[in-house]
Amino acid sequence: MSEAAPTGELTPERRRAVRRQSWSVGLATGLYDVSFGALSVAAGLTIWQTQALSAPMFTGGSQFALVGIIRTGGLAAAPAAIATATMLSIRNGLYALSTRRFLLTGAAHTPVVRKAVVRTAAAAHLTIDESSAVGLAQPEPKAARLGFWHTGLAVFLFWNLMTLVGALAGSVIGDPATYGLDGAAVAAFLALLWPRLQASDARVTAAVATVLALVAVPFVPAGVPVLIAASAAVVIGLRGGRPGATAPPPDPATDGDVIP
Amino acid sequence: MTLTTAVLIACALAFATKAIGYAIPPRLVEGERTMRVSTLLPAALLAGLIVVQTAADGPALVLDARVGALVVAALLLWRGAGFITVVIAGAVTAGLLRLIGIG
Repeated sequence: MSEAAPTGELTPERRRAVRRQSWSVGLATGLYDVSFGALSVAAGLTIWQTQALSAPMFTGGSQFALVGIIRTGGLAAAPAAIATATMLSIRNGLYALSTRRFLLTGAAHTPVVRKAVVRTAAAAHLTIDESSAVGLAQPEPKAARLGFWHTGLAVFLFWNLMTLVGALAGSVIGDPATYGLDGAAVAAFLALLWPRLQASDARVTAAVATVLALVAVPFVPAGVPVLIAASAAVVIGLRGGRPGATAPPPDPATDGDVIP
Repeated sequence: MTLTTAVLIACALAFATKAIGYAIPPRLVEGERTMRVSTLLPAALLAGLIVVQTAADGPALVLDARVGALVVAALLLWRGAGFITVVIAGAVTAGLLRLIGIG
């Protein structure tokens, strides 16, 4: 926290700087979302279903997981796909526990309760890796709010635009295996995992999860190996850890994890 | 369950996970162990997804072009490459390996 008073006004330069940071994160995030659109269509979802995943779901890791599992297991794997996508989104709820500290203070100034509810719902929908990271990175509460909203809206705008571009491109090029799109999915998941491996606990968890999934694949239906792998987090998380062994929310400015 | 139903259920649950963070009293989830499990959850899920997407063909474990994509992606990430570079390289690697008859 800086020395700035919680009610302190931001200078125009400061506001511009926060807005610039927000929109550049939004643009960068949107650009690579072309791959989600293409992969989703390859998994058998229509362009409409793909778009329906992007706008109302709006949490990239979960979107990738859902289409990835349905691509390998078909409709039969849908329950496991939904469960995995939901578990991947739990971290957004954890971000909310931090962002609510600067977001909900403003709601106290709103005289109409219904307006505050709508605003909180909008904030919840935009609570993703990038908006939380940019918001939490600002020392002043006003800059934090500005950064959160601008980043959330910028990512939302570019993300949905590029989903459509990717879905249209994907529906033109045909069979994904021919072009190695399944290789793109593998690479995307590794790129999502990579920045999370800085903490030693996370590395052990990922290693145990890998072994569990490998052992489970021949014995359970598609999608379920991922759920079995998730138990690694429970076992290692409950076993206890040293302070600082778990990672804070990823910072898109430094570690490249910019999937919402 | 149709695909559209699945998509809608998943969307509703994703929103619920986000909204819950604004709605519940923080003391209910600020237990050290709960926080630790939830922080580790993405790493476990993503590792599991990588295994399934790389090595599973139905119920069989296979080695094919996707492993090549994984290795190239790991090398690029280790060298500090950005997300889109890694994803494109993964697709190109798998595509090229198949073109020359591997996997």
